[in-house]
Amino acid sequence: MLNKKVKKRIIFLTFIFLLSIVVVFFILNSLNKNIVYFSSPTEIKQREDIPFEKAMRIGGMVKKGSITISQKNIQFIVTDFENEILVSYSGTVPNLFAEGKGVVVEGSLSDKNFFIASRILAKHDENYMPPEIKEIIEKNVK
Amino acid sequence: MFKFFSSSNVYSLIQKLINFINSIFFLILIIGLTFALHLSPPDYVQGDSVRIMYVHVPAAWLALACFSSITFLSILNFIFKIRNFYFINKSIAPIGLLFTCLAIITGSLWGQPTWGTWWVWDARLTSMFVLMLFYVFYILAFKLLRKEELIIKVSSIIAIIGSINIPIIKYSVEWWTTLHQPASIKIIGSSSIHPAMLLPLLVMLLVFLLYGALIFLMKYKTEIIRIKKKNLKRL
Repeated sequence: MLNKKVKKRIIFLTFIFLLSIVVVFFILNSLNKNIVYFSSPTEIKQREDIPFEKAMRIGGMVKKGSITISQKNIQFIVTDFENEILVSYSGTVPNLFAEGKGVVVEGSLSDKNFFIASRILAKHDENYMPPEIKEIIEKNVK
Repeated sequence: MFKFFSSSNVYSLIQKLINFINSIFFLILIIGLTFALHLSPPDYVQGDSVRIMYVHVPAAWLALACFSSITFLSILNFIFKIRNFYFINKSIAPIGLLFTCLAIITGSLWGQPTWGTWWVWDARLTSMFVLMLFYVFYILAFKLLRKEELIIKVSSIIAIIGSINIPIIKYSVEWWTTLHQPASIKIIGSSSIHPAMLLPLLVMLLVFLLYGALIFLMKYKTEIIRIKKKNLKRL
């Protein structure tokens, strides 16, 4: 079954496969910073070369009890439970935007602790359950 | 072993299978849709838009499964020159493209009310888009090229390069931060989806599997008929 031609083709395919894996790996590696959709507050605090006034995205949880709504804008704190960034935004928020839920904010940093948002996206987590179950879980936690 | 897969043996089987799937498909479809649209509970944050998931997730799974099997058969075909796999691949590809588009469209419809956007270029969505491009290139190779030898070479190479994208799609939500949520259903470990929602999802998966199999068998049958006609002309 494994005559010379077949062997040749196997080697050819393996070669192409390995070559393309290496190419894809290097492409992804060099693009790593661009593939990451958002950075967490901790990553922003740790990075030295953070660009201010430049479009970027940060993501994390909306801190509980941190949303304040005034006439012109809405302010809230994005946290990853280690570091926090205060976000200011004016506009409409998506339905799923709430305290204690995930959020991705598009905009720019004015300094390391203050972010001016131009768009808010709600990030849904991987938990799916009926409302009744959620109530039971909350009761048990309390 | 490969003789079993020869077209004449398979032909009689196909008609039986098509009839069988036809007889049970609509029953399971009705069961699946009643579960998905009526009996299953709404989600605690998304409300009723969670029902889009019952189409989105099986479509995405099958899109990946179709491409994986295309790659597998392409490799075998390229190495051992089993002509029959060429026709199988030709029949699977359009279904895979359909499921990919379906996953992207339903995902978009879900994203608008939940995320607040139709589309973002995060790792998962982009890699899924790349999968769609690979399907399109793969199908174009069959449509544009004339010589069968050349089609097999070009399409196998497209499939093999495209297969690298499959693990990237699967693990994109773990390797990078994405807007798309990580997988809820894990092969190892507990799933973060409630059983009342898992059941309709699995029934819908069965529906999609049967639908995909049905379309595949019908397309494959047409291919076999085409071969037989050609052979007759040659005689």
